[in-house]
Order: sequence, then C-alpha cells, then structure tokens
Amino acid sequence: MIDFFFGLPVPVQALLKGIAVIGVIFPIAAACSMAERKVCAWIQSRSGPNRALPPIFAWIPGAGILQRLGVWQLMADGGKFVFKEEPLPDHVNKLYYTLAPVVAMVPAFTTVTVVPFGAYLGPGGRVIPLALANVDIGILAVFAVASLGVYSLILAGWASNSKYPFLGGVRASAQLISYELSMVLAVLPVFLWVNEPGTAGTLSLARVVEFQSRPGFWGGAWFLLTMPVSALVFAVALFAETNRQPFDMPESEADLVGGFHTEYGAFKWSLFFVAEYANMIVGSAVFALLFLGGWNLFPGISLARLLGGLHHLTGWALWLHPLVAGLASIAILLGKVLATIFVFMWIRWTVPRFRYDQVMRLGWQKLLPLSIANLIAYTIGIALLQR
Amino acid sequence: MDQIAFISLSVLALASALGVVLSKNAVNGAMCLLLCLAGIAGLFVQLHAYFLAFILVWVYAGAVVALFLFIVMLLDMQGGRPWRFRAAQAFAGFMAAALLLVGLDLLAVRGRLGAGPNVGQAAVGSSLKLYAYQLFTTYLLPVQVMGFLLLIAMLGVIVISRRIGGAEDSR
Repeated sequence: MIDFFFGLPVPVQALLKGIAVIGVIFPIAAACSMAERKVCAWIQSRSGPNRALPPIFAWIPGAGILQRLGVWQLMADGGKFVFKEEPLPDHVNKLYYTLAPVVAMVPAFTTVTVVPFGAYLGPGGRVIPLALANVDIGILAVFAVASLGVYSLILAGWASNSKYPFLGGVRASAQLISYELSMVLAVLPVFLWVNEPGTAGTLSLARVVEFQSRPGFWGGAWFLLTMPVSALVFAVALFAETNRQPFDMPESEADLVGGFHTEYGAFKWSLFFVAEYANMIVGSAVFALLFLGGWNLFPGISLARLLGGLHHLTGWALWLHPLVAGLASIAILLGKVLATIFVFMWIRWTVPRFRYDQVMRLGWQKLLPLSIANLIAYTIGIALLQR
Repeated sequence: MDQIAFISLSVLALASALGVVLSKNAVNGAMCLLLCLAGIAGLFVQLHAYFLAFILVWVYAGAVVALFLFIVMLLDMQGGRPWRFRAAQAFAGFMAAALLLVGLDLLAVRGRLGAGPNVGQAAVGSSLKLYAYQLFTTYLLPVQVMGFLLLIAMLGVIVISRRIGGAEDSR
C-alpha cells in the first residue's frame, strides 16, 4: 500500500494528499456550521436543531441521541442547498455574481496547503512535520493567499447591483485591509524570536512549533504565555479577518439585510458559509501553531518527550511508533483548533456587534498602535535576550 | 515545459495589462490588474524568486487592488463621459510612450539580460534573508529614498484631509 503510493508520480501523490486534506477540512467546516447552531442554542437556553432524522436510520439504537444533538440536520441542510432552485436575479452582473462564491472557496482551501497539521518522530527522534507543502515562507504564503479572500466579498457586493450588498462590499474592503496590518505586526515578534542569530532565516510555521517544543524554561513556553499582547492582537484581528461577530460588518443583518450575500441563495450562499468556516479553521490552526504550542499537549513538555515518558512508564514500544506520534499530534492540534472555534462561537453569542465607526476606531487607533508598541518592545527585548 | 509556462504567463500578464487600459468599466479594469499581477507572480516563481512572488500577491493583489476597488466603489465611478484627449495631452502621452520604448530598448538590447538567472546561485528574491540582506546593503539608499517619499505622501494626506474636514466636524 505504502509502496504503491510512493510509486505514483509526484503530482498524483500531491493531488491525492490535497484531496485527502480537503476531504477532512470540508466536512469539519460543514460540521462547524452545525455546531454553531447548537452552541448558540445552549448559550441562549434553547434546544437548537433536534428534529431531523432520516427514517432509514431510525432503527439504529442511539440514533435518538444523535437526533437530539442535531447531527442529521447537517445532511438535511446539505441536501436542501443542493436541490434548491438556484436564483439568478436579472439585475446582477452574471460573471462576477457566479465568480464570487468560487473566489471565496479557493483561497480558503488553498491556505491549507502550507499549514502543518501534525508531526511524527523520524529516525533518531527528529520531528518531521506533516504538511502538504512545508515551505520556507509558510506564514507569508498563508497571509498572501488568505488576503485574496476579500475579493469574494467585494465582487459579491458589487455584482449584486443593489444597495445593501454594495454597502457590505465597501465595508468588507475597508475592514479587511485595516485589520491585516495589526495582524501581521502582531506576528512579527514571534518570528523575530524564532529566527535566532546564526540560524537560517525562515518563516515556516513548523519551525515555530519546533521552537515551542524545545527543552528549557524559555524554550518550552508557548508564545501565548511569553507574548500575550501579540496573541490578543492576533486573535482580535483574526475575528475581523474572518468576518466573525462582533466584526461581521460586511453582512450585519440588522442594518444591511444580509450584506454582501443578500442576493445569494441555495448552493452559492452555502459556499460563502463553508468558506467562512474553512477560513476560521485555518485561522485557528495558525493561531494554535503560533501561540498555543502547535501539537504539544502541555507547555514545557514537548510531544516527543511526552511519548518518550509514556514509553518509559509503561514499557510499550508502541508509543514510539511514528504512526502513534503522527495521530497524536494531529488529534492534539485538531483539539486546539476546535477549542479555538468554540471560543469564536462563544464570543459571537456573547458580545454584541460593533458599529462600523467603532470597528474602524478599534482597528486604527487601538490595535495598530498597540501592535507597533508591542513590536518595538519585543524587538528590544529579543535583542537583549539573544545577544 | 518551462517555455510553455513562461509563454502562457507572459501572454496572461500582457493581455490582462491591455485589459486594464482598454476596459471601460473600472471594476473590470481592477480585475484585469489582478490577473496581470497573478501572471507576474508566476513569472517570479519561474525565476525561483518565491519570496518576491508571495510579497507581490500579498501587497499588490491582496491589498492595493482591494483599495482600488474600495475607491472605485466609494466614488461610484460608473458611466460618465468618456475621457477626451486634447492635443497637448496626446503629445505628452506620445512622448511618455516613446521614452518607455527607449528605456525598454536600453534594458533589453544593451543590458546583459540575455544570460538568464545563474543556476548555482540562489535568486535574491528566493528567501526572506537574502532579500533583506540586499535591501540593507546594496539597495539601502533607494529604500531610504522610497521611505522618505512615502512619508511625504503620508504628510500630504494628513494636511489635505485636515483642511477639508476641519471646518465641518471640529469636535
């Protein structure tokens, strides 16, 4: 099986790996939209979706629990979106109207290629990251490709050729650019610290996790603990970049009906929805890699040391198998991503939506100066520490 | 393979650049600019300048064109009368085009661009470290001059926006 896979031509291998990763991300993104409804119901003391149950599954014992958890609602929603009539209003610009949902999906799933999602222990205890492409310019590629997602909102708003979507598109272009600055400035101290003098300069995300799993007091600490301001600014900017409440200006349904996707329906609308959750998943993964120690379970104890300790304790050689380390790292990172997404939802149903001027003031007058001051302070600190 | 990629990327860049100039709709023009930038980023990748390619996509495709669209949508520059050239403007345009042609000729014919990138040596734009090292050594003066120009532009924006807004909403 493994020999057969490595016998295939390299582009086919890459294609299969890409399909495998997207095949995992896509259902998680869809499931997140379901979880969102359930979480919001719990926060607001409602029950949420608890009715859908396909008759063919009704005989399975325990199906009732899944029914009350709303698991089947996901299938019902998906089926509805596929079979619904595709509305194509007369007054829209047909080309850009159909292009916009595609432009939303493509960057959201392209960023996945450079995000490492796990690691395994190679020969000699070396940690080898699992990623579709572990490139040297990792974080730069994520930012560059993710920044193209703004065109889906702008195009959707403009092509719809009506007032509310248009306002949503204008807001989207201003908001996303404003918060990108603070986001990047918040990340810079992390890479300043990681690229110690004497090492080859890299922007790879896997290297950041490697740095956070080094032994020693400073090495093992997660960047959340050593750079809380950076983590805070990055998290706030992440909310704004993924259009999550309280920053969902482009689609604030209270004053803009539905914002940029007012004129959309059926499958095209659901593509926007899935792209939003895919963006959230990738953003949370980047946050977890940068600030939450990646695939390390506890701060100060790297995954390799944890597995080595378990091997020492129980004597099972199984703990050191590459497959165990790989699966454990993926599970830990996925757990962190899901926890971060839960925080996203928690905040959405707790904090009311900002006004547009508040969003702009927060971005330019609070976050940007804060991130610049943070960068300068850490530049001096790191220069003194690594002298 | 390289040849096919190079030709298709060049054609994409040139055709979409023409589209920017010729399209009447400003949004179409901005989208063509986006395609043009994608083509140029592809050419950078062919030169193994991955860092430059991603910087180009990030800064120009991700932010600058989005700002263009923001301005286009804010000012609602649809319709209106088409631009008419006057004699002086046509002459200036002709002169600018001639200067550009002469410059291209100097660069392509007299310059030593025929050899292609050195195979053994890493491209300057391939990694952050190489690029930053060049910025702070060889090209330090242009960087400083550009920074100064941007500072002047920023000051100008502040002055202009204060003069217009100051009378109405001085809080």
